[in-house]
Amino acid sequence: MNKYILYPGCSMESSGKAYGESINMILEPLDIQFDEIDDWNCCGATEYLGINLIPAYSLIARNLALASKQMNPDDGTGGTRTVVAPCSACYLNLAKADYYMQERPSLGVKVNEALEAGGLSYIPGTLDVRHLIDVLVHDVGVDAIRNAVVRPLTGLRVAPYMGCMLPRPDYQHRWTDHEHPTELDDLLRALGADVIDYPLTTECCGGHMTQIGPETAFELIMRLVEDADERGAHLMATVCPMCQMNIDAYQNEMNHFFGTHYHMPILFFTQLMGLAFGKKPGEVGIGTELVSARNALAHIGVEVPVTQEPAAPKKKNEGLPMPRRWTKQEGKEAVK
Amino acid sequence: MPQMTDERVRARLTREEDLSLLHEVSMKTAGVSHLEMCIQCGTCGGSCPSAMDMEHTPRMLFAMLRAGMRDEVLRSNTPWLCVSCYHCVVRCPQEVHIADVMYTLKSMAIHAKLYSDSTAPHFSQTFVDMIETFGRSFEFGLASRHYLRHFPLRLPGMLPMGFGMITKGRMAIIPKKIKHMDQLTAILERANQLELTS
Amino acid sequence: MSDTRSNPVDKRSSSVEKKNERVGVYVCHCGSNIAGVVDVVDVAKWAQEKLGHLGVVITREYKFMCSSLGQELIEKDIKELGLTRVVVAACSPHLHEKTFRTAAKNAGLNPYLVELASIREQVSWVHTDKAVATAKAKAVVAGAVSRVIENVALEEIKVPINPNTLVVGGGIAGIQSALEIANAGFHVYLVEREPSIGGHMAQFDKTFPTLDCSACILTPRMVEAGTHPNITLLTWSEVEKVTGYVGNFNVTIKKKARFINEELCTGCGICQEKCPKKVIDEVYEAGLGYRKAVYTPFAQAVPNFPVMDKENCTYFIKGTCKACEKFCPTGAIDFKQEDEFINVDVGNIILATGYDLFDARRVSNYGYGRLPNVFTSLEFERLSNAAGPTTGNIVLRDGKTTPKSVGIIHCVGSRDKNFNNYCSVICCMQGLKFAHLVHERTGATVYNFYIDMRTAYKAYDEFYQRVLEEGTLFVRGKVAEVTNAARYDREKGKLIIQVEDTLAGKQRRIPVDMVILSSGLQPRHDAKAVGKLFGISCSMDGWFTEKHPKLDPMATMTEGIFIAGCAQGPKDIPSSVAQGAAASARVLAKILQKEVALEPVRATVNQEMCSGCRICNGLCPFNAITFYEDRMVTEVNPALCQGCGTCVAACPAGAISGTGFSNEQIMAQIDGLLLRTLEPV
Repeated sequence: MNKYILYPGCSMESSGKAYGESINMILEPLDIQFDEIDDWNCCGATEYLGINLIPAYSLIARNLALASKQMNPDDGTGGTRTVVAPCSACYLNLAKADYYMQERPSLGVKVNEALEAGGLSYIPGTLDVRHLIDVLVHDVGVDAIRNAVVRPLTGLRVAPYMGCMLPRPDYQHRWTDHEHPTELDDLLRALGADVIDYPLTTECCGGHMTQIGPETAFELIMRLVEDADERGAHLMATVCPMCQMNIDAYQNEMNHFFGTHYHMPILFFTQLMGLAFGKKPGEVGIGTELVSARNALAHIGVEVPVTQEPAAPKKKNEGLPMPRRWTKQEGKEAVK
Repeated sequence: MPQMTDERVRARLTREEDLSLLHEVSMKTAGVSHLEMCIQCGTCGGSCPSAMDMEHTPRMLFAMLRAGMRDEVLRSNTPWLCVSCYHCVVRCPQEVHIADVMYTLKSMAIHAKLYSDSTAPHFSQTFVDMIETFGRSFEFGLASRHYLRHFPLRLPGMLPMGFGMITKGRMAIIPKKIKHMDQLTAILERANQLELTS
Repeated sequence: MSDTRSNPVDKRSSSVEKKNERVGVYVCHCGSNIAGVVDVVDVAKWAQEKLGHLGVVITREYKFMCSSLGQELIEKDIKELGLTRVVVAACSPHLHEKTFRTAAKNAGLNPYLVELASIREQVSWVHTDKAVATAKAKAVVAGAVSRVIENVALEEIKVPINPNTLVVGGGIAGIQSALEIANAGFHVYLVEREPSIGGHMAQFDKTFPTLDCSACILTPRMVEAGTHPNITLLTWSEVEKVTGYVGNFNVTIKKKARFINEELCTGCGICQEKCPKKVIDEVYEAGLGYRKAVYTPFAQAVPNFPVMDKENCTYFIKGTCKACEKFCPTGAIDFKQEDEFINVDVGNIILATGYDLFDARRVSNYGYGRLPNVFTSLEFERLSNAAGPTTGNIVLRDGKTTPKSVGIIHCVGSRDKNFNNYCSVICCMQGLKFAHLVHERTGATVYNFYIDMRTAYKAYDEFYQRVLEEGTLFVRGKVAEVTNAARYDREKGKLIIQVEDTLAGKQRRIPVDMVILSSGLQPRHDAKAVGKLFGISCSMDGWFTEKHPKLDPMATMTEGIFIAGCAQGPKDIPSSVAQGAAASARVLAKILQKEVALEPVRATVNQEMCSGCRICNGLCPFNAITFYEDRMVTEVNPALCQGCGTCVAACPAGAISGTGFSNEQIMAQIDGLLLRTLEPV
């Protein structure tokens, strides 16, 4: 039983409702237990940081202070020192607050002074802040996920979309790579899906630019949708409610702006996990997306006749050899 | 020489650069910014997904910052277009905390009231107002206030989306509030005081 | 083994007897460096008054003690006043200890009876309060005087030099070193890890700025080294163990089994031809071409004997094939061959082990390893080389298509805190060279992306001008990413370089067919281990540490071990050659002196007090301590010992003492510093 403290984030109950529902569905098959932070507040997204430094970090730190109260290091599992945030922006805010309070002690001192006014305090470094997919891939493990699959998503071509705030800046070095991490790919493959090569996996969706500078945002969304479409993806899988909302809810407006007609559904990866674990679509929030995933999901289990060139007689490769692929182990050694 | 009383004329004669700007921005940034280490290589400007819409690339902005061009830097639309994707941060060969410097510049622009387009600062302020009232974000309130003020013409085109979000339960019409709002208020008040004195 | 040759004469008498020494104290002004903060006149006067009972008979203060006039003062006093000890209160001993010791020697006083008191680096340069500084200077002088009367006369240790030399590394620097010494008439063992000498230079096509064909200028040297009567070439070999000290090193070299009998092999190459097993050549062809399981790395290899790659040879894996043996006309194939261990005695060692190329797969935003048409610098050299896998045609990874546009990226893995913080020196010139070659061979459009253009040496900037004239498009900006995700039609099917053109002030997306990464240089992956083998250290970045970065880049802190070429730091070919020759000049100077004088400041073990606990054994950073099992005692080799004092401090029995830093000397100095030795009022 892996136990964690959960920081849901505002989107979980609103725009990212499907995320919240699908997370609840996958806890039991993977033997995870979440303990929600009591009376957590909004992390401030990227808004408060642009106004004032100390109030912004105090807002975030209140959550860390409350979470540290719920910590139970003697539990034996070690997990309850960990705060899990399913939303990339919330995760980054919590992780940054913890990191900067250590990097610049004067910030930590001021933030704690502010927290004191509310009867709270937080020693930076006490908690381990992690994203949901980090916990699933590194703690639970891709093998355990594969074993829990009862209905493999064969035939479903998925573009894995990690988003930008998760693999970067990655102060704790949790991911294989800042630009092309393979964790989401591995997880989706374990579900049986056909994961396509998607080079824009960590490009930004535009974030709050959809409210502020829509033209810029639409450009960014278009790049992602177009490339996924070009590469034959049936749908995109994401780890962040902001990304999901931008690409899903604003796709229509984006199409109007450019005069295009893309229909690229985007689901949360946990929704796909839920489906693979045998849950019903309604249970994992399918149907709440504005760009309907219905047609895409119809591909599951359907043997698509893959049109490929007739197998050429085994001729020796005439081209020049490629260098060996960079392994995660080599990456870890190089960093040391 | 007749006495020059006009401020701008006097400024023209002295053509002062505000060389304290770099240090000020560095101090106000979360973490250690390393801004003085910038070698103007252009990786940030090359990586930025919204660079084509910016008046100045991030690198250019830092060059202006170091040259003490306070007015131009705070009026630039560059920080407002930063999407916090952190590409620049991980690629910068000098480990400059670029994205965090952008937040600082946003905040300085708001305080000096020097932004050219008020959309972004107003959005941030509205968002923050919601948090300071409820402790949680309230999208419906945020969206309605913001769009009415800044993008009224977008509203008709967005009705289908808004309608879809509400009917699918993805946007609440009634805000949620945390239990200990007073605690949060006390914390934020004290934090604001500290911000002013630092 | 007794230490008679090496034990410095220890004439120390019992410290209970008060010696009647005659001490001269000289306080230097050092212009205003010392005098500006310390009242030197006062210090000199004070020493005369307060330290007389210790034997001070004369004190002087002078503007510049290190000048010839200053030194003459000392020499005169020694002769006329019969001084037996001298204290010079001046700058750090690092700078002028030798100067004053020589002055004393010239006047007939043993140089080890001179002590330096540092009142510059340790007093005037670190304090601003004049009163405090002066008081401290007085204490420092008192310390030095108290110590110097405990000094004993020491004689330098003379050690004979073996005239043989070991050169490790057969690249251009190593070859140059070896030839210089061999041509002077002395014997050299040249050890090289790969099957042939030549190093990285053998892989290049042309060299900048003259565009000489690399192999054409290298191979004559290689042949000379291979046939020189004074050079023993040991290729496919590695150094296993080094013991000894300057002038007397004993080196064990492992000659790896080639599985070819060198006596019988004629270098005809039939075995290579007939071998059915093809393998990617990661070393010489930079992973771009193939070789066989039995191979010579390139046609002009010296020596021309092939080697067998045991890990890929069918016979060693499955026990079958043996085609090479069948076809060899002289029966030179010997599957039973074993590694051979050779022991050589040498007097000096030169390490010229070269560099490794930065692994560009680490920079994932450049796509090397993921996108086929991104090449590294060494890969491009092989493409361009007429003896390479494409016979000199510059083509894409498919082996056929000529690129119409090429982007060359500078500073890959260099000047970057995410990878290597330093500048790799040659990449800008390398990038320009590539631009020229691409223009010449393909007529493609060429872009060079740089942060700064570093073209410092002779004819380098002129080369930059030439490449500009050829119409290369330069973009000042560090490339942000190389991607195949096209946004517009013109980008489809190409590699897109996304960069900020900092001079134009905007972000650009430039579609090209081929990308060449001018990758940086790195220390060899095993540099630290190799350094440890020889007893030298590496810098933080991993390059071998030179004795002095400005004035002595060829020597190391370990006497008798020298470094040359890129092993010491990234540099171009002329610099490597110069450094290799310089190291040889040092070695030759040593050889010609026939013996070397070593500083007698050493640790010695009192055998009677040594209990054999061996605590000191593992502590010596210079491998100078040996334990003798039969007698259960430890001995310090005075030639290797550098007098660091670690073992002296560690010995729980106090059995180790240091000549030149005995307990008596140190305790006296401490007492002096604490002003405990002043004449009671």
